[in-house]
Amino acid sequence: MSILIDRDSTFIIQGITGREAVTMARELLDYGARLLGGVTPGRKGREVHGVPVEDTVRAFTEQTRVDGSIVVVPPAFAADAVHEAIEAGVKLVVVVTERIPRRQVAEFVEHAEQEGARIIGPNCLGIISPGKSRMGGIGGSADATRRAFLPGSVGVMSRSGGMTVEIANALSQAGLGISTACSIGGDAIIGSTYAELMPLFEADGETRGIAIYSEPGGRAEAALAEYMEASSSRLPVVAFMAGRFMDAMPGMRFGHAGTIVEGREDTTAEKIERMERAGISVADRIEQIPSLLGERMEAR
Amino acid sequence: MRFYEFEAKELLRRRGVPLPESRLARTAAEAAAAQRDLGGAVVLKSQVLSGGRMKAGGVRFAESADEARDAAEAILALPISGQEPAGVLVEQKGDVAQEYYAAVTWDGRAKRPVIIFSDMGGIDIEEVAETHPEHVSRTHVSTLRPLSDYQAKLAVARTGVTGGDLNRLARIVLQLARAFREHDLTLAEINPIGKLADGGILALDAHMEMEAEARGAHRGLLADLGIADEDTRQARPPTPFEVAGAQVDAQDTRGVAGNVTEFSGSLGLVIGAGGGSLTLFDAVRSAGGDPANYCEVGGNPSVRKTAALTRLIVSKPGVEKIAVMMNVVSNTRVDIMARGVIKGVIDAGFDPAEKIAIFRIPGSWEEEGFAILRRYGVEYVDRSVSMHEAARRAVAKLAAQDGG
Repeated sequence: MSILIDRDSTFIIQGITGREAVTMARELLDYGARLLGGVTPGRKGREVHGVPVEDTVRAFTEQTRVDGSIVVVPPAFAADAVHEAIEAGVKLVVVVTERIPRRQVAEFVEHAEQEGARIIGPNCLGIISPGKSRMGGIGGSADATRRAFLPGSVGVMSRSGGMTVEIANALSQAGLGISTACSIGGDAIIGSTYAELMPLFEADGETRGIAIYSEPGGRAEAALAEYMEASSSRLPVVAFMAGRFMDAMPGMRFGHAGTIVEGREDTTAEKIERMERAGISVADRIEQIPSLLGERMEAR
Repeated sequence: MRFYEFEAKELLRRRGVPLPESRLARTAAEAAAAQRDLGGAVVLKSQVLSGGRMKAGGVRFAESADEARDAAEAILALPISGQEPAGVLVEQKGDVAQEYYAAVTWDGRAKRPVIIFSDMGGIDIEEVAETHPEHVSRTHVSTLRPLSDYQAKLAVARTGVTGGDLNRLARIVLQLARAFREHDLTLAEINPIGKLADGGILALDAHMEMEAEARGAHRGLLADLGIADEDTRQARPPTPFEVAGAQVDAQDTRGVAGNVTEFSGSLGLVIGAGGGSLTLFDAVRSAGGDPANYCEVGGNPSVRKTAALTRLIVSKPGVEKIAVMMNVVSNTRVDIMARGVIKGVIDAGFDPAEKIAIFRIPGSWEEEGFAILRRYGVEYVDRSVSMHEAARRAVAKLAAQDGG
C-alpha cells in the first residue's frame, strides 16, 4: 500500500519535450514508473525516450486509462495545461511549475474541486511511493532516488521539494523507510495541504507515522493541528520547522513564495506552540526526526 | 509588491470610489501650495511602504499653508522603518463620525479570496477580530464565477450595517474586490473608510500589494503609475551587494543562484535551495555562527552562475570563509556545483582549500563532485553527515582560525 500512486498508476507529462521534462521522463522510466507518454501541442508523432508525444491530453484519455498528469510547462501556460487535464478527466495532477500567479492557481484548484480531481503543488518536486512508482523529479536519477528513498512505514509531506528528499534520506538511513513522500509545494495556495492528505495516510495500512517539513507563513500548520485534535489520529506526527530566524524579520521574503511573516500566526514560534499543543512533536534538527518518530511508533 | 498610498488611491479613484481631495507633494513648498489649493484643514501623510506611520510621526495636521510647509518639512526629513519618504500626501480633512474597515485578501486555507469587513475601522483589525468578533465579517468568493453586488452587500450586512450606508459601503467593497481580482493583488485594504458628519462616505487610507509573479502581466498599469521594473518595493531597499546578487541570477535562465540578502557576519554562505537555505541559515546561527549573507541556489545552475555568486560572496568585506551546503539534491548536479564554487573562489584570487570551510551537497553525480573537491583539497562530507552537523563544523573551523 501507499497513497496517491502505486505500482500500476499510469500517467503522462504535459510539456514533455522541454529540457527538464525530457530528463524527468528518462528518470521515471528508469525507476519503473508507468509513463504513457506526454503532451506538447504541435509535436504529435515524436517520441521522448520511446514514449509517444501527442498534441492534447484527450489523445491519451480517449484511448486508455490515465490516472495522473505531471505539468512541467512554463508559468505562462501552466494553468491552461492543468485545466486541460482536469477537463479530460484526469484525477491527479502534479504541478511542478513555479511562479504561477496565485489567482490562476486558485482557479484551477477550484476547478479541480468541482470535478473531484486532486492537485499536488504547484512549485513541487512530485510524489514517490518507493519501489513502486514516482511522479515528478523527486530524488533525481533513478539510482540517486533508490538511495534516498527506501520502502518503509513513514509518510512524508513537505512544503520544500529539496527537504522532502533530505528527510526521506534521514528516515531511510535510520531504517524506517518511506510509504509515500509528497512534496506539496511552496506557494501560498496549493492543491493539497498536510491536513488534506492526512486522511489518505490514515487509510493506508503501511503508513505508521508522519514526518513533515514546515516553514513560516500561512495557516497550513494550524489546519494540521486542528485535524490532529479533531480526528484522534492513529499516526504519530513529527514536524521540523525551518526559517526560525525569520520571526524577527517581518515583511522580508526568503525561501518560497508562501514563506513570509505577515501576521502573528505566521511566525515559527507560534506554529511550533500550536503544533505541540496538538500533540505533534517538533524536531530541532533533521537527524532527530527518525528517533522521535521511532519512539512514538514503538509506543503505539 | 506594495503600492504607496497615493498609488493605491489612484487605482480606487479610477474605479469611482469616493476619496478626499488630495495632492502629492515632493517638497515642503509643494505641500504649502497644496494646502492653499485644497483650503482649510488638511492631513499630511508620509508616503512610505510601511505601516505605523502615525506612531512614527509620519502623519501631521495643518490648517494653514505655513503649518503645512512645516509639517511637510518634518515628515520629509523622517525615515520610517529605514525608508525615505517618496513624498507627502496632502489631503482634505473632514469630520469623521464613524470608521469602517474593508479588505480583500487570499485565504490560503479556503484557497479563495476573502472579503473582510468591519464597522469598527481605524484600528488594528486583528485586535477587533479577537475582542469583537461579531463586528468582523468574512465572506469568501469564488475565483471562477463573476464578482457580484450581493457578495459585497453580504459582507457589509453581516456586521449589522443597513439603510443607505449598506448600499454605499457595498459599492466601495465591490470595487475593492474587483481591483483585487483584476490587478492580481494579494491585499487590497481600505482602513478606514470614513463616514463624515455630513453623511458622505470616503476611503481615507488605502494599502494594496500586487503579487510579484504577476507584475509582468500588468506592465502597462505599472508604467502608467510611474513604477519602474527595477523598483522592487522590498521592506527595505536592496544593498549594492544584493543588487549584484540579483545581476548574477539574471545572467542566464538556468537554475537559481540568487535571492541574496546581506548580513554582517564573517561566514559566507552558498546554500540552497528554498527550504534547504532556511534550514541551513538556522543551523549556522544555532551553532553560534555569524552569517555574512543568505542566498538560494537550486535547479541546477550553470558553472558560470554558481562561480559568479561564489566570487561575490567570498569577496565580500569581512568574509573569512564560506560554507557550501545544500539538502540532498534531486535535479542539481553535485559535480557542477563543485566546479562552480571552486572556480568562483579561484576567480576571486583565493585558495579553495583554505576558503571553503565545508562542502556538503549529497545527491546526483556526487562521486564526480567529490573527486573534483579532493583534487583541490577541499573538505567535504557526504549524506551521512547532517545539515546541522555540517554547519556546526564550518562554524567551528572559523572559530578555530580566529582563536589561533
